[in-house]
Amino acid sequence: MLLIDCPWCGPRDDSEFQYGGEAHKRRPPAPDQVSDAVWADYLFHNQNPKGLYLERWRHSAGCRRWFNIARDTVSHAVLEVYPADALPSNAAARAVYEQNWRRENEAAANAAAVAETTEIGA
Amino acid sequence: MSHQPYRLASGGHIDRDHEIEFTFNGRLYRGHPGDTLASALLANGVHFVGRGFKYHRPRGIFAAGAEEPNALIQLGHGPRTEPNLRATQVALYDGLTATSQNVWPSLRFDLASVNQWVSRFLPAGFYYKTFMWPASQWMRYEHVIRKAAGLGKAPTDRDPDRYEKMHDHVDVLIVGGGPAGLAAALAAAATGARVMVTEAKAGFGGHICFDGAQQIDGQPAAEWVTAAVAKLQAMPEVTVLPRTTVTGYYDHNYITALERVTDHLGNTPTHLVRQRFWKIRAKQVVLATGAIERPLVFADNDRPGIMLASAVREYVNSYGVLPGRETVIFTNNDDAYRTALALDDAHARITAIVDLRAEADAVAGDLVAAARDRGIKTYFNHAIIAVSGHRRVTGCSIMELAEDGTTVTGPVTSLVADCIAMSGGWSPSVHLFSQSRGTLSWDDEQACFIPDVAHEATVSVGASAGDFSLAGALKNGLKGGMEAARASGAKGRQPAAPKVDPVTEMPLRAIWQVPTNAGKGKQFVDFQNDVTAADIRLAAQEGYLSVEHTKRYTTTGMGTDQGRTSNVNALAILANARDAHIPDVGTTTFRPPLEPVAIGAFAGRAVGGQFEPVRSTPMDPWHHANGATFEHVGQWMRAWYYPRGSETMREAVDRECVAARTGVGILDASTLGKIDVKGPDAAEFLNRIYTNGWLKLAVGRARYGLMLGEDGMVKDDGVTVRLAEDHFHMTTTTGGTAAVLDWLEEWSQTEWPDLQVYFTSVTEQWAVASICGPKARDLLAELSDDIDLSDAALPFMGVSTGTVAGLPARVFRISFTGELSFEINVPSRHGLALWTALMAAGEKYDITPYGTESMHVLRAEKGFIIVGQETDGSVTPGDLGMDWIVASKKADFVGKRSLARTDSLRADRKQLVGLLSTDPEVVLPEGAQVVADLKPAPPMTMLGHVTSSYYSANCGRSIAMALIAGGRARLGETVHLPLSDGNLTAVVTEPQFFDPKGERLNG
Repeated sequence: MLLIDCPWCGPRDDSEFQYGGEAHKRRPPAPDQVSDAVWADYLFHNQNPKGLYLERWRHSAGCRRWFNIARDTVSHAVLEVYPADALPSNAAARAVYEQNWRRENEAAANAAAVAETTEIGA
Repeated sequence: MSHQPYRLASGGHIDRDHEIEFTFNGRLYRGHPGDTLASALLANGVHFVGRGFKYHRPRGIFAAGAEEPNALIQLGHGPRTEPNLRATQVALYDGLTATSQNVWPSLRFDLASVNQWVSRFLPAGFYYKTFMWPASQWMRYEHVIRKAAGLGKAPTDRDPDRYEKMHDHVDVLIVGGGPAGLAAALAAAATGARVMVTEAKAGFGGHICFDGAQQIDGQPAAEWVTAAVAKLQAMPEVTVLPRTTVTGYYDHNYITALERVTDHLGNTPTHLVRQRFWKIRAKQVVLATGAIERPLVFADNDRPGIMLASAVREYVNSYGVLPGRETVIFTNNDDAYRTALALDDAHARITAIVDLRAEADAVAGDLVAAARDRGIKTYFNHAIIAVSGHRRVTGCSIMELAEDGTTVTGPVTSLVADCIAMSGGWSPSVHLFSQSRGTLSWDDEQACFIPDVAHEATVSVGASAGDFSLAGALKNGLKGGMEAARASGAKGRQPAAPKVDPVTEMPLRAIWQVPTNAGKGKQFVDFQNDVTAADIRLAAQEGYLSVEHTKRYTTTGMGTDQGRTSNVNALAILANARDAHIPDVGTTTFRPPLEPVAIGAFAGRAVGGQFEPVRSTPMDPWHHANGATFEHVGQWMRAWYYPRGSETMREAVDRECVAARTGVGILDASTLGKIDVKGPDAAEFLNRIYTNGWLKLAVGRARYGLMLGEDGMVKDDGVTVRLAEDHFHMTTTTGGTAAVLDWLEEWSQTEWPDLQVYFTSVTEQWAVASICGPKARDLLAELSDDIDLSDAALPFMGVSTGTVAGLPARVFRISFTGELSFEINVPSRHGLALWTALMAAGEKYDITPYGTESMHVLRAEKGFIIVGQETDGSVTPGDLGMDWIVASKKADFVGKRSLARTDSLRADRKQLVGLLSTDPEVVLPEGAQVVADLKPAPPMTMLGHVTSSYYSANCGRSIAMALIAGGRARLGETVHLPLSDGNLTAVVTEPQFFDPKGERLNG
C-alpha cells in the first residue's frame, strides 16, 4: 500500500485516497471548436507509461483536496507531490510533463483557438 | 511418563510437571505443555501422519516449523475446525483433537494409494494432458480430482471466534526473533527509536535454542536470549510480539502480520481475540527471518522417518523427543554434524553419518572433528541409493560416489535406521525480501540465493542474508539494527558485539539429485505437491524452459508451503536438465500471504452487523412499529411497502399506489441526497454542471436538473432549489450522493478554481416527508398556518419556508408521482415528530404510507426515469427522450461536446420506450432481452432490454420501460422477449402510461 504525503494532511495510506488518472490534461477551452479526434484525446486517451507518471490523486477520506503526484509506475516511488494547479519542480517529472504528445496537441489546439478568435474579431 | 516411549528423560523446553491428553485420528495420546502437535506425536512414536497429494504414499513429520510440507492436519471440529495446519506449528493443549488430511477412507487404508502403483501414468502435467477433453466434462472431473486431492475441509458454520485488526507505525520493524533479530532490536532500541520485533514461534532465540551448548559473552546462549527479550520488553518504545508471523510485505514498507493470541490455549478466554491482524507501517525494516534446511533428493526420500537434520536436532533439544532410536545422518555439509552431536549427547544411537563430501574436503571442520572424536562412524563420499520400509523407514543402502559425483560405484552397504536425518544445505528465508521486490543473487559457495538489491527501505541480517554463523548473526544483526535506526532518524552508538567462540565449517558439496544404481524409487523434490526430480526433467524435456512455466506445469512450489523446502532443489535440477547455471534459470516470485491466514483474521470485526454501517432515517422507528418491510438502498434501510393484515406484496403495493392518486399518500424521502451549494458563483457553477439553464432561476423556485459525465452520458438527476441568490439546495439520487459530491468538488477544484462556490453534504441534516395526492394540500393546510399553499403563492416548482406542525420547515412543491405533491423538509431531529403529526392529521383523509416499491411504480406510470435503472452510463439525454432539458444554446456544460460526437448522434442508439405486454396481467421480467426476430434458439439480434417493469393498479395492467435500439421509430411494433420458460411479446409505446398530459399536478 502506497504511503502518500498529502500536502495538507501529511503521510497517509493510499486507502484514504482516490485515484484521478493522468494529470495536466487540459480541457479544451472551447469544446465546440475542436474536432471529435481532439475531444477524444482529452476524454478517452491517457498516457500509460511504464515509468514516471504525473497523476491526480485526492484525499477523499481526509481534506478532500485534489493534488498531483509524480509516481514511478514500476517502482511505485513517489518523486514529488505538488498542487493541482502547479507544474512539477522535479527535473525528471518536468521532462515527463513536457515530452508527450498532449503538449503538441495542445499547442495545435491553442493555435486553432487563436485563429478562430482572430477570425471572429475580424 | 512412560506413556511417551520416545520422550527423553530430560531436556527440552516443555513443562514435564504436567501431562495433557490429545486425540489424533481418533486415538488418545499424551504430551506436555510446550509441545507442538508434531513433537507430541513423535514422542509417541507416530511418524506416519498423512499421505501424498498425488500418489497417496505414506508421509511423516518432516520438519519442525513453518516449512513442513507433509504433516498437514485438520484441527478441531464443528465451526472451529481449521484445515491445512502444519502439525509442527500447532501448539499442544489439553483436549486437542486433530485428523490427517488427504486420506480416504482412512490414513492406514487409503484407496487412492493405488496411484503410487500406476504412477508412471501420472507424470507432470497429467491433469492438463488428460482432463482437458472434452472441455464440457471438466466440471465433473474437477469435482472428483478435488476430492482425491482433498486439502482439508472448510468449516460450514459461522466462525465463533473473534478477530481484530491493529494498526501501528514504527521506526524499525524487526522480523524474526533469533540471534540476528534480537541483536538488531537491541541496537535499534538503544537509540530510543520506536521498535517492533516479531517472532513466529512462541519462544525467541531461533536456532540457538536447539543447536546445543553455545556461549554468548560467556553465558549459555539461551540465557543471553532470555536477558535480551526481558530487556526489550522493559523498554517503553519497544513492542515484542511472539507467535506473530509477518505474512505480507507491500509497497512503501507496509507490512501485515498475524498474531496468534489464544490458539495455544485450547479454550479461548471470552475476553480475548483468537488472532490479531497487524497492519504496520515501518520507516525501516530489518529482515532476520533465518534460513530453511533443504532436503536431499534421493530415492524414496519421502518415507516416514526421513526428516530434516535440523528438525531432528530441534525435537531432541527443544522438546526432549527422540525421532528415532537408530538414526542415519545423510548430509552434504557440516551443520548436520550438530544433529549427530545432539543425538550423541542424548545417548541416542547413530548408525552412521553418510557424507556426500570426500573426507579431505570435510575433515578440517570443527564439527566433523568432534563427531570423529566421539567415534561416530562416517562414510565420506557416499550416498544413500535406496531406502527400505513403507510406512516407516527401516534402513537404507549406501554406495560410494564415483569421482564426478554423478554415479555410484563399488559394493552396497546396508544400514539399519528408523530415522534418516538429511541435510542438503540451507536456503535463506528470502520470501519477504522477495515479496518486497528485492532481487536475489546466487551464492555459489554456499549454494543458495541471498538478498541482493533491496527495493524497499530494508536490510537483511543473519541467516536470511546468508550469514549462517552465530558470531556473524550477532555482529551483523547489531549493525543492521543500528543502520536502520539511524536511517529512521534516530541517533546513537552501536553496542559492542557479544563474544562467541568461532566454529570452523567446511563448504558443502552440491549434489542436487543424488545418484543411484537403479532407476527405482521416486526422488521427491516438492513433498507437498508430490513433484519428483523426474517430473522436472520431463517438463524441461517437453520444452517448459521458463522456471515460471515449469512451476505451473509440475506444480512444484505451488503448495501452501510455497515451496519452502523445494524451490532451490527444483531450480537446480531444472538448471541441470537445461545444462544452465542456476541463477540463469531464475527464481519464481513469492507472493503474500507467507502462510495461510484464516479469512476471519482479514475480516477482523467487520462481520455480521458490523460488516457495513446501516443508515436509517429519523422516521425509522415508525416504519418498524407499523409493520413496514425494508429493502437495502445503498447503505440505507428503506421502507419497501407496508402490508396490512395478510396482504401480499402485490396487494399492498396496489393499495398504496391507488391511495396516492385518489387520497393522500406519504413517503419517507429522507434518504434523498442533499448538497448545500453556496457562494457568489453558485448559479454559474450549476449552469455548467447541469444540462439546462440555472442563471435565471428565481429565488424560491425549484428546477429539475440532469447531470452528465464529460462523455455525455447521464450521471445523476434531481431537483435543486434556489434558496437565495447565492444559495442552492441540491437533491441527488439516494445512491449517487457521494459520487455527485465528489463530482462537484472535482470540477470546482481542478477545472474552475476561479468560481467561488462551496459544497456541503446535508443529506443527514434534513428529514423529508413527501405527501402526494388530491388531498395533499388539505392535509398540509391543517398543519401549517404560516405558509400560503395556494397555487398563486406556492405553484408547482415553488418553495416556501415556514412551519409545519410547529416545526421549522422548507416546503417544496415538487412531484415524483405526477400528483399534487409537497416535500416537507425539517431538521432531522424533528423528522419523526413531523411524520407522526402528518399521520395523525391525515387520519381523516385515510392517509396511506407508501414505500419504495410504490414510489417506483408511481414514477414509472409517469415515465419518470431512475438514474441507474433506466440508465447505465451509456445513455444520453437524447436516448431518454429528454432533449427538452438540454440547453443546446448554452455555450458549454459538462458533457455538451460529447453529445455532438458521431456516436451520440447514431439513429440506432438504444432509446427509452414503453412496453406493454400482450397479456396485461403478465409483468415482463426486468433485465429481459428484447429481440425483433424470434428464433428457436440463440443467437438472435438483441434490440435492448427491459429497464423497469411493474404491475400498475392505476393503469389496470402491467407496464414496462425498455431501452431499445432505434426504439422511437418502432412505436406500435410488436417485439419478443425470449425467456427460458417461454417467450413473451409486447408492443412498443411511448414511455408514459398515466396522465400523459400532466394534468394532475394541480390536484
